[in-house]
Amino acid sequence: MPEPAGALRLTDDERAVLDGRDGAARRRAMRIVADSARLLGADRLVPIASAHVDGCLYHGDGGVLFAEMLVDEGGRVAVPTTLNVGALDLLHHGHVRLSAHEAAMAQRMARAYEALGCRPSWTCAPYQAGHRPRLGQHVAWGESNAIVFCNSVLGARTARYGDFLDICCALAGRAPNTGLHRDAARHATVTVDTRALRPELIADEAFYPVLGAWLGRELGESVPAIVGLPADVTEDRLKALGAAAASTGSVGLFHVVGRTPEAPDLATAGGGDEPASRITITPAMLRGARSTLSTRTLAEGDPIDAVAIGSPHLSLAEIRSALALFGGRRTRVPFYACTGRHVIDALSDEREALRAAGVDLIADTCVVVTPILPPAGGVVMTNSGKFAHYMKPNTGRDVVFGTLADCVESAVAGRLVRDEHAWS
Amino acid sequence: MVLTAFPLIAGAARGPVLRLQRPLSFWGGVDPRTGTITDPTSDGHGRCLAGHVVALAATRGSSSSSSVLLELIVAGKAPAALLLAETDAILAVGSLVARELDRPIVPILRLSAADQARLVSGREVAVSADGIIAPV
Repeated sequence: MPEPAGALRLTDDERAVLDGRDGAARRRAMRIVADSARLLGADRLVPIASAHVDGCLYHGDGGVLFAEMLVDEGGRVAVPTTLNVGALDLLHHGHVRLSAHEAAMAQRMARAYEALGCRPSWTCAPYQAGHRPRLGQHVAWGESNAIVFCNSVLGARTARYGDFLDICCALAGRAPNTGLHRDAARHATVTVDTRALRPELIADEAFYPVLGAWLGRELGESVPAIVGLPADVTEDRLKALGAAAASTGSVGLFHVVGRTPEAPDLATAGGGDEPASRITITPAMLRGARSTLSTRTLAEGDPIDAVAIGSPHLSLAEIRSALALFGGRRTRVPFYACTGRHVIDALSDEREALRAAGVDLIADTCVVVTPILPPAGGVVMTNSGKFAHYMKPNTGRDVVFGTLADCVESAVAGRLVRDEHAWS
Repeated sequence: MVLTAFPLIAGAARGPVLRLQRPLSFWGGVDPRTGTITDPTSDGHGRCLAGHVVALAATRGSSSSSSVLLELIVAGKAPAALLLAETDAILAVGSLVARELDRPIVPILRLSAADQARLVSGREVAVSADGIIAPV
């Protein structure tokens, strides 16, 4: 059958891989990459510099069988590849309550991905664990928060890769030339103007996940250029914004004018012209978005049952901020702080201080992807827009949203304590 | 009423239509063992995808949705077919991996939201490998 115009064109090298030159695993991986490229309408594949794999989280036995098939066929990643979270805390036993079957299968999955040559980073914040591709480099990343950070803050180029396509790209060393790999798709399509907001609100930590939740709900896959944020806004705040936008919606790239690498000014972010449409953010819009991050309305002083922070995984700076807020006090409710081994390895005095504060450090995984929270229901407080989004559907528990300071004060009191002044 | 969809993963299927107008993420929104929609914000909350020709006006969120579709296929709880308003490689890859594991694929077709609106939930339809959707 003749190929239609604009059909995928493969290089001789890629065809040789499809013919089995490099073994059965790479052939299978290239077939999935090429089929995905065809259905996406890609004209060619692009060589990639690195990969970040989200498919290593156990969802059921099918994913394990696929990974083990690639191992059995001699599969090895072709580019440096990090792993996202799994279903187990491989450093601290006893946190995760999976059935014996599920725990054994999750172990098999972890071993399989490591056997494929992936770095056992086990974090959803690989960009804070030394995996930082450069501006303009093509990569294949999974995990929605990592994808949006990679595109937006690092300026490297990844489409939104689902489970399995991520490891297939890593094995093949290629990705479909579609979506955010292409210049035109990276241009901002809408200006999101925050300049009418009070500086006090923009300085509030919760502003970032809340703005992210608004972007995700209202913009879908559009590429926003945000104006009015401070030029020195931290990576941790952009991480929180992106994670919320990518879980409540499908945002894969945002620009912060004057801060992120493809947005020195609004016209550059727009690809030469300022975006055609403009939205001015009002406090009422943000209050509405903020209310969607809680699934139960609690009054000041109502009891809370647990606190969970660290989605995406906490940086060392975020752990230090939490400890400073505890100030030697101790939590009255279970308090889970999720992070990666890159941070665990960097802890020194913080380790004892966290123990004294009653904080449970969770590594390699987090509380919404595997059973860690106490079996009884109740209300979990968080400062993460992503935890807020997934808590109820994934764990059945209600969630209430606040800043990190609110979370710590509420944990110490065992009751909801929120400083609302920036939002009134 | 006969509709023509664009096959992303071609295959024949039949089943009752389940039309979902609000965005749905399979990960965090669908139980991979039972096929039940667990996302409380979904207009299909509590319904089961298994065996249905599921029309999705919008997908959203997690890149883990490919895993959920594969696990639904392995568990025998997969939709009969998926009709998506936009091309979505994340779901399609779940079906491609099922093929590599010698499991049945779930046909995935692109059908505009306007055409999806012409489908009636609960009505039995047949989907052909070349993308024709017709009442049974």
